[in-house]
Amino acid sequence: MNARASEATTFTLNGVERTITADAARSLLSVLRDELGLTGTRFGCGVNQCGACNVIIDGQAVAACDTPLWATAGKRITTIEGLGTPEHPHPLQRAFLDEQAMQCGYCIAGILMSAAALLTRDPNPSETQVRTALDRNLCRCGAHNRIVRAVLRAAKEEAP
Amino acid sequence: MTAELPINLAANPRLSRWLRFDAGGFVAVSPGKIEIGQGIATALAQIAADELDLDIGRIRMVPVTTAASPNEGTTSGSLSVEQSGSAVRHAAAEARAIYLNCAAQRLGVASDRLKVEDGTIIGPGNLRTSYWELADATLLERDATPGVTAKVPAARRLAGTAAARLDFPDKVFGRPRFVHDLTLPGLVHGRVLKPAAPGARLTGLAADVGKLEGVIAVVRDGSFAGVIAETEAAAEAALTTLRKAATWSGGEALPEEANLAQWLRTAPAETTTVDRRTAAVPPRVARTLRRQYSRPFIAHGSMAPSCAIAQWTGSDRVRVWSHCQGVYNLRADVALALKLPVENIVVSHVEGAGCYGHNGADDVAFDAVLLARSAPGRPVRVQWSREDELAWAPMGAAMAIEIEADLDPDGEIVGWRSDVWSNGHVSRPGRSRTPTVLAASQMAEPFERFIAFNPPLANGGGAERNQVPLYDLPAWTITCHRLLTMPIRTSALRTLGAFANVFAIESLMDELANERGEDPLAFRLRHLSDARARAVLEAAAARAGWSSWRARDGAGHGIGFARYKNFGAYCAVVAEVETTAELRVRRLVAAVDVGEVINPDGIANQIEGGAIQATSWTLLEAVRFDKTRITSDSWEGYPILRFSDVPAVEVEILARPQERPLGAGEAAHSPTAAAIGNAVFNALGVRVRDLPITRERIIAAMG
Repeated sequence: MNARASEATTFTLNGVERTITADAARSLLSVLRDELGLTGTRFGCGVNQCGACNVIIDGQAVAACDTPLWATAGKRITTIEGLGTPEHPHPLQRAFLDEQAMQCGYCIAGILMSAAALLTRDPNPSETQVRTALDRNLCRCGAHNRIVRAVLRAAKEEAP
Repeated sequence: MTAELPINLAANPRLSRWLRFDAGGFVAVSPGKIEIGQGIATALAQIAADELDLDIGRIRMVPVTTAASPNEGTTSGSLSVEQSGSAVRHAAAEARAIYLNCAAQRLGVASDRLKVEDGTIIGPGNLRTSYWELADATLLERDATPGVTAKVPAARRLAGTAAARLDFPDKVFGRPRFVHDLTLPGLVHGRVLKPAAPGARLTGLAADVGKLEGVIAVVRDGSFAGVIAETEAAAEAALTTLRKAATWSGGEALPEEANLAQWLRTAPAETTTVDRRTAAVPPRVARTLRRQYSRPFIAHGSMAPSCAIAQWTGSDRVRVWSHCQGVYNLRADVALALKLPVENIVVSHVEGAGCYGHNGADDVAFDAVLLARSAPGRPVRVQWSREDELAWAPMGAAMAIEIEADLDPDGEIVGWRSDVWSNGHVSRPGRSRTPTVLAASQMAEPFERFIAFNPPLANGGGAERNQVPLYDLPAWTITCHRLLTMPIRTSALRTLGAFANVFAIESLMDELANERGEDPLAFRLRHLSDARARAVLEAAAARAGWSSWRARDGAGHGIGFARYKNFGAYCAVVAEVETTAELRVRRLVAAVDVGEVINPDGIANQIEGGAIQATSWTLLEAVRFDKTRITSDSWEGYPILRFSDVPAVEVEILARPQERPLGAGEAAHSPTAAAIGNAVFNALGVRVRDLPITRERIIAAMG
């Protein structure tokens, strides 16, 4: 078995156009972490069952672990590193700190991306809608209710 | 004034091991307890900042390493605030006194005329200096002494306040924080082949994997096999090839999942009497109620697969980066397994995901050590797969419990006999003459597979944890049967045996109360003289509106109580369930007494999280297996509670500032399981005594 020939794939990552030359069958997660050094997106299961590696692709929360590189051609990708910064945090990042909405924090990047996609789609979701939107994200520490409070808080603080 | 040093400070008395004042305006605090998502680093920073009169922003928490940190053993058992907290508090108080003496000499005033404001030392008139001006490492090159006076609780500014977690900003902004994110110069990637069955022997490995692109080495040591490659993707690809090329034989047969309790009760075991209490007057026994309970094997299920980096820096020297719970313990096991002096091994802690006990952290670290020998000088990063983590990390032990309650003619409890059958609950590394890391039993010169044991009851016990009732019963015989065979590897999972023992005790107490037509809360209070125990029960009931509950179809409420380990935190939980279409836990109300509260939001977070994790265990979780292997090796095969099914959780913390601080991380689990079971009975009139409480089991109980 030989590694497949590398191909060039171009996408917009956190607002910047990037061209990656790599095996196009490789997962986006592997490219983000190992090629681009963006380790904020976490590996949890590798088969899209836990949400730890969620990123936003063209507005949708998507598992980076089972998204092949070729499928990202021409897309707009946002990772946790592109969501906000300590100087200019995303309202969700501020709310998660205000609510102390985690314990170990390993699942949090993926949850923030799912929540950000939800708030873009629906800036004023109900608690039930928040929970439904996060049902594909697992949290083992039991921080769920804090997380839901934080998402609702971010939505409220952003409300016009 | 403390007459004796805190135990962990006595074991590591050199003050410089705990604290260092830096001229740059901060204090490095170096405890031996590890951050596992529970917030210990923040709580210890609060304690140090209080004693030193500093803003918490001036405290830098140093990651734990065998190269420098005090040896505080394993971070487990809800003991860190109590043990490490008291050591840090004392060390900081003594360091403050040393620096004040030094300042007094320099300023020419008595030290008792000095005060400290955020590190600035202020005397009468305009006299001023600071920790930072005086910073001198030699000042703390001395041993701690008894007799140092730490601040009284009322004088502490930060303890008791909800300090924000120090680690959360990194996690919210996606900055590297976990061992999984650590990069080192020349880093390469390893993957390890798991056997076809536990204990199976690798009989063949016919593959030209070494010729694959990017592969640095194929490693085999007996039945341990793996690959090292330049990239993670190449290592994954090589492992797939290796797996196809491997042939295995033998292995230990697993018990029959459908008859787990029967297997537990008949497997070879060592029997010990845990406790016995005899009544002064022999009781009149009118009848005896006999009940059997069980829980399955439960997986830790960390969100992150275990990961570690190892680097050999000479033929007999190795460095390890690990998210283990005890760096010295892991170091001891690596030394044992490879017959190296411990001084040749440095283990440094880097955060992982929450582990909830002894997961695959130590195993993968030893995997990395074994692999990295074949890439001398290169740091080798090994990460388990999700399947490995769910199938090969140690499990929380399955348990079968039988309780007999003797009742007198009035239906009062006059005797209590409890038997527990279970594997031991601890096979942590560094505690025995046999290494417990997984690969130690796979090497060409293998060590015998370690059979899990139970720690002494004085330390909380293992399978027998919370087996002795806290209730005022006149007589009891408490017996524990520890299995001497371990086809499914077990080790510490949060609460150890307490979860099933409390579920059993509290289910039976509830049943007895209901039989007598007594309110379950009143019945418990009638058997409890411990004032703090009564207080949490009353507080949980009041907050939940226990006495104003209105019975209705398809709903029920129940209560559960325990004092963790019988000497730790007190916790009572009221559960409200709905049983219309399916069983749903709607609301949990917990009241907790953890003695002095260092960080109330940290306590609330732990209690909420514990209650939610326990709800998951109680409703959903069971490790699945066939005759040869664990089959629940994905999140589909091992479902856990999801956002839409999580109940509302309310937490009430009872203030006990004068009592010693107790850990909160394991307090809520067991009362939650009991409260849910009792709420199901309240709703449906049937008892499910085997965990998890599934729809199938409820239907079976309804007959």
